Amino acid sequence: MNEISNKWIGKNTVRPDGAEKVTGRAQYSSDTTMPGMIWGHVLRSPHPHAKIISINTKKAEALEGVKSVITSKDIVDFPLDKPVMLGIQDMRWMCRNIMARDKVLFHGHPLAAVAATTEAIAEKACNLIEVEYEILPWAIDIEDAIKDDAPILHDHIHFDGKPSNIAGTLEHKKGDIEEGFEKADVIIERDFKTEAVHQGYLETHSCLVSVAADGRATIWSSSQGQFMVRAMTSFLTGIPQSNIRAIPAEIGGGFGGKTIVYLEPLATVMSQKTGRPVKIVMNREDTMRASGPTSGSKSKIKIGATKDGKIVAAQGIYYLQAGAFPGSPIRGAAGCSLAPYDIPNAHTFGYDVVSNRSKVAAYRAPGAPIGAYGVECVLDEIAESLKICPLELRKINAAKEGTKAVHGPVFPKMGYIETLDAAINHPHYKAPLGKHQGRGVASGFWFNAGGESSAQLNITEDGNVVVTTGHPDVGGSRASIANITAELLGINHDRVSVLIGDTATIGYSNLTGGSRVLFASALVVTESAQIVINQLKQRAAKIWGIDEDAIDWENGEARPAGDNAGKFAPLTLAEIADKATATGGPIGAGYQVNTEGAEGGFATHICDVEVDMDLGIVRVKRYTSIQDVGKAIHPDYVEGQLQGGCAQGIGWALSEEYIYNKDGHLDNTGFLDYRMPVCSDLPMLDTVIIEVPNPKHPQGVRGVGEVPLVPPLAAISNAVYQAIGKRSYSLPMSPPKVLKIIEGS
Amino acid sequence: MSETQYLAAKTIEEAVKAHSKANGSARFLAGGTDLLVQIKSGIKKPELVIDVKKIVELNSIKELSDNEFVVGASVSGANLNRNHKFAKLWPGVLEAFRLIGSEQIQGRASLGGNLCNGSPAGDSVPALIAAGCKAIIAGPDGRKEIPIENFHKGPGKTILENGEMLVSLKFPKREINSSDVYLRMTPRTEMDIAVVGCGVNISLENNICTAARVSLGAVAPTPLLIEEASEIMVGTDLNSDVLDKVAALCMQACNPINDKRGTIDYRTKVAGVLLKRSVLIAIDRIKGN
Ligand SMILES: Cc1cc2nc3c(=O)[nH]c(=O)nc-3n(C[C@H](O)[C@H](O)[C@H](O)COP(=O)(O)OP(=O)(O)OC[C@H]3O[C@@H](n4cnc5c(N)ncnc54)[C@H](O)[C@@H]3O)c2cc1C
Repeated sequence: MNEISNKWIGKNTVRPDGAEKVTGRAQYSSDTTMPGMIWGHVLRSPHPHAKIISINTKKAEALEGVKSVITSKDIVDFPLDKPVMLGIQDMRWMCRNIMARDKVLFHGHPLAAVAATTEAIAEKACNLIEVEYEILPWAIDIEDAIKDDAPILHDHIHFDGKPSNIAGTLEHKKGDIEEGFEKADVIIERDFKTEAVHQGYLETHSCLVSVAADGRATIWSSSQGQFMVRAMTSFLTGIPQSNIRAIPAEIGGGFGGKTIVYLEPLATVMSQKTGRPVKIVMNREDTMRASGPTSGSKSKIKIGATKDGKIVAAQGIYYLQAGAFPGSPIRGAAGCSLAPYDIPNAHTFGYDVVSNRSKVAAYRAPGAPIGAYGVECVLDEIAESLKICPLELRKINAAKEGTKAVHGPVFPKMGYIETLDAAINHPHYKAPLGKHQGRGVASGFWFNAGGESSAQLNITEDGNVVVTTGHPDVGGSRASIANITAELLGINHDRVSVLIGDTATIGYSNLTGGSRVLFASALVVTESAQIVINQLKQRAAKIWGIDEDAIDWENGEARPAGDNAGKFAPLTLAEIADKATATGGPIGAGYQVNTEGAEGGFATHICDVEVDMDLGIVRVKRYTSIQDVGKAIHPDYVEGQLQGGCAQGIGWALSEEYIYNKDGHLDNTGFLDYRMPVCSDLPMLDTVIIEVPNPKHPQGVRGVGEVPLVPPLAAISNAVYQAIGKRSYSLPMSPPKVLKIIEGS
Repeated sequence: MSETQYLAAKTIEEAVKAHSKANGSARFLAGGTDLLVQIKSGIKKPELVIDVKKIVELNSIKELSDNEFVVGASVSGANLNRNHKFAKLWPGVLEAFRLIGSEQIQGRASLGGNLCNGSPAGDSVPALIAAGCKAIIAGPDGRKEIPIENFHKGPGKTILENGEMLVSLKFPKREINSSDVYLRMTPRTEMDIAVVGCGVNISLENNICTAARVSLGAVAPTPLLIEEASEIMVGTDLNSDVLDKVAALCMQACNPINDKRGTIDYRTKVAGVLLKRSVLIAIDRIKGN
């Protein structure tokens, strides 16, 4: 691809979903209604940890307007002794997360649901359900969950030979760290703590499900994967996948949080029972309380370096909150944290810790921001003690083509050093700082991903193009696919229409996550386009009566390949389409494959903060993110991804946190007290796009959306240190905490 | 499912009568930016909602005599902002009011609603107290005037009895060489709730303070008037020693709670810092800097 003219790739074309979104016409899942529709409501646990002795639904069922009441009895049970995996999700946990069995494990845990003629009746009926609980002691924080006498959430989970809340571990090793530390001239070891943070998508979870009399279900919902919705609903209701059609709505934000289901199976079962379409919309409180944030963590980082700045050994021990069921992103923390560096001796270890919180879900580069936070802060201290510029220190140790990463793979050509050079040479890095201002830097890595993808590319009768793929568009995949298709076919971008298919209209496509979508769908779209171009050449060959090998496809036209082929005026796409019926019928092709060749992405961020020394308030004054994106197919969207990640990182570092009260209840379930930054909290978020194409992808795509959330936590912490002269080892750096650090108490 | 009735009252008498009759189950509605949120989340379940925005007196701004303003209880932030004379005389009250919510909220939110909602963290309240403003209240037995510092009884509680409504806010005639300031501490720059709010209103003559009122919000169950502050400030040039003393007084007066929004320790410290900053800004404003 890189050798062709690139008329559309790299251009900021008009986004296909833009007009509908700004005029309010785009269909989100809660916009969907149906005749005869009824409303669902979910009864949630008022306790963080309790045995369910009994549930009596009689009074609720008797209430006028109530059509169905369900409990865990109505959801398929997956016994505890055998894992049943769907991607990274285990149906044993999933069935218990959407409807508690035997025990409630967090405040807000669903344990029954009602469908009724109005939302208000459904809610009232929920309050009529009588539940007898045996309240159990609970543990919210990691420290409390791993204490010897901690209340155990799952009796069958063992660690060190006894029941434990440590549900799993993960380890990466390279070289010999003992030996490595012996060679070090400086060793720094620190403990870090971060709090659970929510993705903060504005659109809460919602769905509408209609199960027809023949048992076939149609699901409209907001998710990052219609095929994930279909598969999980199938597992949890027992309806075969072929009888479920999942239709993806436009998505009002997900950031990883919509990669599992909460409501769809409940609505499906209630629709099945009543024969009526059932709609459920979660409110903000329940979304914050009972959907998955990402983990809070504690970690210990130890890094040793020689006088000349060479890192000789590094160790990271991570404890991550999983919430009520196993599955915290320890892989991201332990796997990504040291990836930017070529370190001879390294060891990372992750503990997956369950406690009485809602089950965590993915959040942009799951685990990686936590992993990078401690490592990048300790590197800042090493640079300081060796009197080396922190960016130079990173350059001395930077991973490059051929480096064997601590988490295993050997890196191909990639652009980490390019981000460091760009940072060193950026005017931001040299700009003078004012009073009480400080500047910090940090780097970050994310794996990126490939996986299953399907595409269908059809030529319309009037010679235009419709491309369908199977991944919900959360960050500009439709605009980018349109650019790529126009480029490949040599036609104007506005002749390409890109749609997201539902589970019945396009082949299986893995969910939108891991920064995989454009990587994977560009591959299958490219393959489909090649097939279609061959078809177009065949049709031209037929019209001209020459061999198809004697035809070139150029600039949207079939042309004779040189004078020997014969003298014919070129045939445009429209002219070939016009004759399609006579030359063999419809023109179009699809392609589906498990895509391979995804390669990681690296970024380096520079951040300036100013601290109000009397109030402890930290404000970000200037921010520059520099990232190797492989190839920016649609630069505006790439920039938007970078800025979005930085904005979320600023929130995570300074103001966002899950706060539990003394009763084990989440105390800040709204955006007033769950403090995501607002526009005025952010400076212009500057971006520098570096393009070192992924050698394993036709357009050089790497994946963009997750790396930007990895460096900010440390970049901001390091900047705060420069501003106030003291270090903070825990997030968020809220004003009371920062003031305490300033005052040294 | 009890249905909520809606009444758009045209006169004060009609509103007061309907409220009295409902015997505690009615709520007045101004901009609704507190009330509707509370109804939606189930915190309040009124059987009758009485909209007061159609009552002319509640929705108008009057200048009784030169520099003497009365602002209707339901006048929105956007509307008050358009009155340039008010803005010049009471920049602190206006800046406090304008801090409430976003542009959209400003089109609806009122001073009366902020006051009657009874939150100890309501942003306009310390500014109104510092201004020496009075609440004009209408009830079944006629009208009365209450200083704002006596309006609150506790979180969510005011002195309004069944049938009583707030009609307007009466500001004292503005003296020359006076100005006011409101500062609040919030973790975010906007769309946040005050961890501490501080209103200051002072007059100067030849650099000497001739009148001063200081009020704090969010540091006690009700917004506070720091009465002794004026004794310390009046007659001085408001030098840093004086400000240190007043800041200490403010910190002493704090009786906050530890909660998710701030610790006792932090809130107390912030009160002192904001006091000093507010006074310095007020001096600058008087001097026209
Ligand atoms: C997004 C958002 C941001 C906000 N930000 C802030 C902020 O930064 N600072 C802040 O202080 N507040 C804030 N608020 C709260 C609210 O906007 C303010 O308190 C506002 O001033 C309320 O005015 P209103 O006219 O909307 O009151 P309403 O909601 O109409 O009424 C509030 C209360 O006062 C009563 N009431 C209203 N008028 C009268 C009357 N004439 N007589 C007797 N009782 C009456 C009502 O019955 C109700 O109990 C915010 C609210 C939202 C939704």
